[in-house]
This record gives sequence, C-alpha cells and structure tokens, in this order.
Amino acid sequence: MSHETLQTIWFLLIAVLWTGYLVLEGFDFGVGMLLPFLPRDDKERRLAINTIGPLWDGNEVWLLTAGGATFAAFPEWYATLFSGAYLALLVILLALIVRVVSFEWRGKITTPRWQKAWYWGLVVGSWVPAVLWGVAFGNLVAGMKIEPVTTTVSNVAGETTRTTLQYTGNFFDLLTNGHGFALLTGVLTAVVFLAHGAIFMSLKTSGDFRDRAATAASRISVVALVVGAVWAIWLQLAYSGKMWTWAPLVVAALALASSAWFTRVRSEGRAFASSAVAIVAAVVLIFGSLYPNVMPSNVDPAYSLTIHNASSSAYTLTMMTWVAVIFTPIVLAYQAWTYWVFRKRISVKHIPEQPPVTFTLENANPSR
Amino acid sequence: MAADALDLARWQFGITTVYHFIFVPLTIGLATLVAIMQTLWVRGGNKRWLRLTKFFGKLLLINFAIGVATGIVQEFQFGMNWSEYSRFVGDVFGAPLAMEALVAFFVESTFLGLWIFGWDKLPKRLHLATIWLVAAASTVSAYFILTANSWMQHPVGATFNPQTGRAEMVDLAKVLTNPTVLAAFPHTIGAAFLTAGTFVAAVCAWWMVRLVRAGDAAKARDVYRPGLQLGLVVMVIAALVVVVTGDVQGKLMFQQQPMKMASAEAIVDSGDHVPMTLLAIGNLSNDPASVHRYLEIPGLTSFLATGSFDAHLTGITDLQQQYEQKYGAGINYIPNLAVTFWSFRLMIGFALFAGLMALLALWLTRRGRISGNLWLSRAATWALPTIFLASSAGWVFTEMGRQPWVVAPNPNPEGVDMVWQLTARGVSAQVGPATVVISLVCFTLLYGVLAVAWYRLMHRYTIGGVEDDPVDPSPDNPDNRTDEVDKPLSFAY
Repeated sequence: MSHETLQTIWFLLIAVLWTGYLVLEGFDFGVGMLLPFLPRDDKERRLAINTIGPLWDGNEVWLLTAGGATFAAFPEWYATLFSGAYLALLVILLALIVRVVSFEWRGKITTPRWQKAWYWGLVVGSWVPAVLWGVAFGNLVAGMKIEPVTTTVSNVAGETTRTTLQYTGNFFDLLTNGHGFALLTGVLTAVVFLAHGAIFMSLKTSGDFRDRAATAASRISVVALVVGAVWAIWLQLAYSGKMWTWAPLVVAALALASSAWFTRVRSEGRAFASSAVAIVAAVVLIFGSLYPNVMPSNVDPAYSLTIHNASSSAYTLTMMTWVAVIFTPIVLAYQAWTYWVFRKRISVKHIPEQPPVTFTLENANPSR
Repeated sequence: MAADALDLARWQFGITTVYHFIFVPLTIGLATLVAIMQTLWVRGGNKRWLRLTKFFGKLLLINFAIGVATGIVQEFQFGMNWSEYSRFVGDVFGAPLAMEALVAFFVESTFLGLWIFGWDKLPKRLHLATIWLVAAASTVSAYFILTANSWMQHPVGATFNPQTGRAEMVDLAKVLTNPTVLAAFPHTIGAAFLTAGTFVAAVCAWWMVRLVRAGDAAKARDVYRPGLQLGLVVMVIAALVVVVTGDVQGKLMFQQQPMKMASAEAIVDSGDHVPMTLLAIGNLSNDPASVHRYLEIPGLTSFLATGSFDAHLTGITDLQQQYEQKYGAGINYIPNLAVTFWSFRLMIGFALFAGLMALLALWLTRRGRISGNLWLSRAATWALPTIFLASSAGWVFTEMGRQPWVVAPNPNPEGVDMVWQLTARGVSAQVGPATVVISLVCFTLLYGVLAVAWYRLMHRYTIGGVEDDPVDPSPDNPDNRTDEVDKPLSFAY
C-alpha cells in the first residue's frame, strides 16, 4: 500500500478509536455527571454507579489506545497537540486519575466523610473531561495558532536542526478559540454525554429510578438536539468547506431527534442506539471536516499539520496496520461479550447492604 | 530558562514514574498470585483458598486502581513534556505503546471488570479464566512498556533519516527482540513476583504470628500458613530469576551502556582485574577524581562483567574521552555517580532483606510448624515496604544511569548510527518552566493525597484479615440456583 493510503487508513483508525471512546466513555461520564441530580439517596447513588461498574474501566482504554495510536502513527500530531494543549490536558489527567480511584475506593470505607470525598471525585472527574474533550475537539476543528519552530535534534558533530509545526499560543487562547466555537463544543459534549448517560441509566435500571432517568433523558435530549444543531451548522458553514459533511450532519441531527423521540415514548434501547449514532456522526463530521489536516493552522494554511507531514514512516504504518487489523476485532468481540454478561437491568433491590467499615477496627483484632 | 524547564520536566517524569511503579509490580505479581489462589479454590474446593482469594483480591483492587490511574499520565507526558523526544522517536517508540494498549491493556481492564462483578454471573471456571487473563495481560503489558524503555537504553531496528531528521523504524522484530528487553523483561517480572510474593508472605506471616500469640493457632494453621507457604515459594523462584537475569543484564549493560555500569561500580580508571567496591565516597560535584573506594573484593567486578576475573574494564575517565571524540566535546557524559552507585546497591540490598525474611520464615515454619515468633512479624513488617523500594531504586539506577542521554547511543560497531538523543534535546520547545511548575506541583500534591489514602486502605484491609465464612456466589453452586429475581449482586461499588 502507498504511504498516502496508509496515512488515510490511520487517520480513519484514530477516528474509530475516538468514536469508541466517546460513545462508550460518553455514557459513563454522563452517569457520573448526573450523580448530584438524579439519585435521591445513597442506595440510588450506588445504583447509578453500578450501572457502569463493570464497564467504565474497559471504556477508558479506548482513550489510551487513541493516544498510543496517535503517538505511533502521527508523532508530530501527538507531540504538537499534547505539548500545545499542555495545561488543558493536565486538568483532564488530574480529573481522570481522581475518577479512576474514586470508583474503586469510595465503597471501601463507609464513613460519610470518606464516601463524600470520593463521590465528588466521581462527579468532578466526570464533568471536567466531558467538557474539556469537547473544547479540545473544537480547537482542532477551528484551527490553532500553529507555526514553524526550529529545534536542534542532536548536538552530534554537525548539528542537525529541524523545523516542526508547533502550537505557539497559550492556554486561554484554547478557551476563546473560534469566537466561542471551542467552548460551544465543550457544552455540546457535556450535554450529549448527559443525555447519553441518562438514557443508559434508564436502559439499565428498573423501578422508580428508571422512570426518573427516562424523564431526565427526554428533557436533556431536547437540549442536546438544539445545541447539536447549532454546533453542527456552525461547523459546517465556518470550518468544513466540504459538501459531503452535510451527510453526517444530517445523520447526527436525525439521530439526536430520534433519540429525543424514543426517550419520550420510553423505548430506551432505540433511544440509546440513536444517541450512539449521533455521537458517531458527530465524530465523522469532525474528522471529515479536518481531513486531510489533523491540526489546521489558523495562522497560515501552509503551516497546518496534515496526515502527510505528521505521519510515521510507511514501514511503521504497515506494521501497525497489521496489529490493528488483527486485534481491534478481538477487542470489539470481548467488549461486546462483557456488555452481554452484564445486560440485565438492576434496581435498588440488587444493591447489597454495605456493612460498616471504618479505619478503626473494633472486633476484628484477636490479639487485643 | 530552557535548563529550568528541563530539570523540572525531569523531576516530574522521575516522580510520576517512580510513583507509578510502586503499584505496578504488586499488581502484576499479585494478579497471578490471586489467580493461583482462586485456581486452588476452584480445583480443590478448600475454602481457605477462597478466603485468601477474596482477602488478597481486595488488596489487589485497591492497588490496581491507583496503578491504572497513574499509568494514564505516563502515556501522555511524553507528548506534554517531551514533545521533541516524541517527534524524534515516535516512529519507533510509539509502536510498542500503541500495541500495549491494543493488545494488553484492553484485556486487562475489560476482564478485570468481569472478574470483580462476575462472581455470580459467570460459571466458576470461566470466572477463574478472567483473573488469569488479567494476570497474563498485565505481564504482556509490561513486555511492551519494557520494549519501549529498552529501546531508549539500546536502540535497535531503526535508522536515522536525514530527510525527516528523526529516527525511523526499519525492523519491528528487532525492536521487539532487543537483547536489552529480553533481559529486562524477566528481570522486571521476577521483581514483580518477588514483590507480590513478599507481600503475600509478609502479610500472612504477620497474621500467623499474631493469631498464634492470641491463641488461635487453628486459624493460623488453616489459612495463613498455606498463604505464607505460597508466598515463600513464589519468593524463592522469583529471587532466582531476578539474580540470574540481573547478572545477564549487568553483563549486557557493560557492553551496551559502559558508562552506566562504570559509574554504578565507581570504576574511575580503566584497568584489569577490577575489584568490586562495597563503599565509595566522593564529593557531590560529580567529579570522578574525588571518588575514594573502600572495602574492595579483588577482581569481582571484572568477573561479574565478563566472566573472567582478569578482564579489562574501561573506566569513567576514558569513556568520557571516547564519548567526546564520537559525540562531541563540551558535554559531560558522566551520569550522577552518587545516585547510580547507591541506587544500584540499595536495589540489591532491599531485595536481599526480603530474602532474609524468607529464610527466617522458611525455617520457623519447617515441616508443618506454625510460629508465634515476634522476630518473624518484625522482619515481615520491614520486608514489606523495603521490597517496593528495591524496584524504585532499580528504576532510579537504570534511568539516571542513562543520562545525559534520553536515547543512549548503541555502541556496537554494527549498531545504528545517529539514533541517539541528549535528554536536553528531548524536552518540549514551547513549554515554559512556569507551566511545568504548575503541573509538577499539581501531580505531587495529588499523588501525595492518593498515597495517604492508598496506604490507609491497604493497611485497613490487611489488618481486617480474611472473612470468616465467605459465600461462594458462583452460579455453579447449587445453593444459588434460586428463582429469586431481586437477589442482591455478589459485589457492588
């Protein structure tokens, strides 16, 4: 295969990995974000958390794989993006770290102070990345301040310098980028994930909680539809420049509308499928409008990072293609099986009582 | 200004990596040990192994969470702080990282969820298979990460492309079978099993002593002695692997990174029949001329490096000259002598200490005995933290010993040319010191808080001991074949 074909394949593969991440982690972010709003007591909070209990960890690996794949296939993209969006990424990382340990540690001690701390870890750890990943994608689409920077590669006899395309703006530029487009993308991901999460909970629970989740889902879905429509049309008119991206735009809008409709008529499975399709279509819209750029420059289009000037060698891409072709279907298969194993709805009755566990031991100490 | 950002970025990488690797070896080793315990339960049906599986399973999960959480940072900070490095090596170095995520980490995370929540959902043997998959995947994970790291120590399978100004992969098989990783992988996995074996043995020994002294010898014999024996067996095997592979690694490193080993052994001047120095003192300005050597064992370093007591080894001073000729003058190619010398010895010393505890425990529990000897529980209490420090010291040694290179040059005549990079050239060009300070402070504070919480949880669940009569929630268990729809989950967060 030619180098250009391989570069396009890897652009598509990275889009696929981000799709997996946003569709899957999207609903578990939504569940975490809704914790302060939907559950009425501790049992219900635990019910909500346990709808994603066995799933969130596997969902998160899509992000790490997207990161690793970007590093391997488009080192310049990886380097410019991560060093450029340094502080934003730092905040995301801190939030994700707290979120991971909160899942596992919250229930290990039952004192109110302990549980409250890790509960907020879950809530904040879900809100922050849900918004900031959107802002990040908004920046990619809107273009960033990317310019040539000359650096010394090696100081060996006969210094070698290279000129690379790097982000030269600052953290606050990322927030104001695109006259609000970047921030709107953050609002969009937050709202879409809220809807996606609420639908997921209505799909995975039964009883009173399911009803409230469904009601919340149908309300948030309408907001998601409105925000999504404004965002998609803004993107299409201001940044895409391609006729065909109207197609994913229309699909996304229809999917959001049908998701809103299905939540209203309480057809939760169809509603979830629709919101998943909406996220897929939004990713297609984002990556479609970027292609063949990976990080368009808003200084001069000549400075844009593209799949051609940011990619690895043909050899590396060929090798990695083999790995991806073999392992991605396997991953999909066992993750699908996991979802099948935990397919049953749960209710508060399924949440076991927690015996009190404190840091001080009363009876368990035989030598006292 | 650039130098400041460089130092800060190095501190951040050091702190986050050493911290991450406190949890990793325990996770890797303990996942397998818990899998062994659960296998003994599933195959033999003795409830003691279910009790131990659940007990150490909880400790595994507490530890797993923080290992995963701190691992996310590792993948992203190459791009954040070391973007020039990432540009230079991404064509080669990114591949094992991406493979790790796709091949191993997906399995690990997905099947961990199945193991935690699947006790009452999956047939017993299938549920057992999930923990084995987690254990296997975490080991495979280590292989890919060590492949990436070994390439920085000894680049192979790549070439320098003058057109793109970067290192490019020409042979993936060579990268994956780098002799450096073939030695580092068993050494690291051996260390992980030594850590987990020590952990299990120390916890069980402490409990056994405690119960014997409290008059509950029956429980000590029934539950904790078998756990202790399992931990000890793993320790003995792992220690052998660590010693043998450590020797192989040492010999390899004398060829691949002679400067690292010369500074680890404080070999200032070249010579034959080089002794092993047990104590070396020098001033902190890293001046090789200031190094004084005490307590020497004649010829031992020559022997360990090559297999011959009379072998000639090149010292730091001559190596510096060779490097200057080959890679350019005006650069100090000597790593921090005090850190390499002492971290190397601490690594070995801490591991030896765990070995002493194992010997004491083996003696006191010989032929079916149980013991209430307080010295055993004291030794266990000390061996537990120090075995973690052995791994930390090992990484500090091998990474600090690689300096001033981020990608150390491959010195073999047939090795790759121009594929090397000074650490100072790898740091992000557009990231200022203020930014790195913010991130260094944030990570250090958060990691500090998490360390306290982790320690308190591990401590609490260790002194909580095994459950007295854990239920077997498996769907294979006839007691569980009810039509009860609202039966509570076997586990919930």
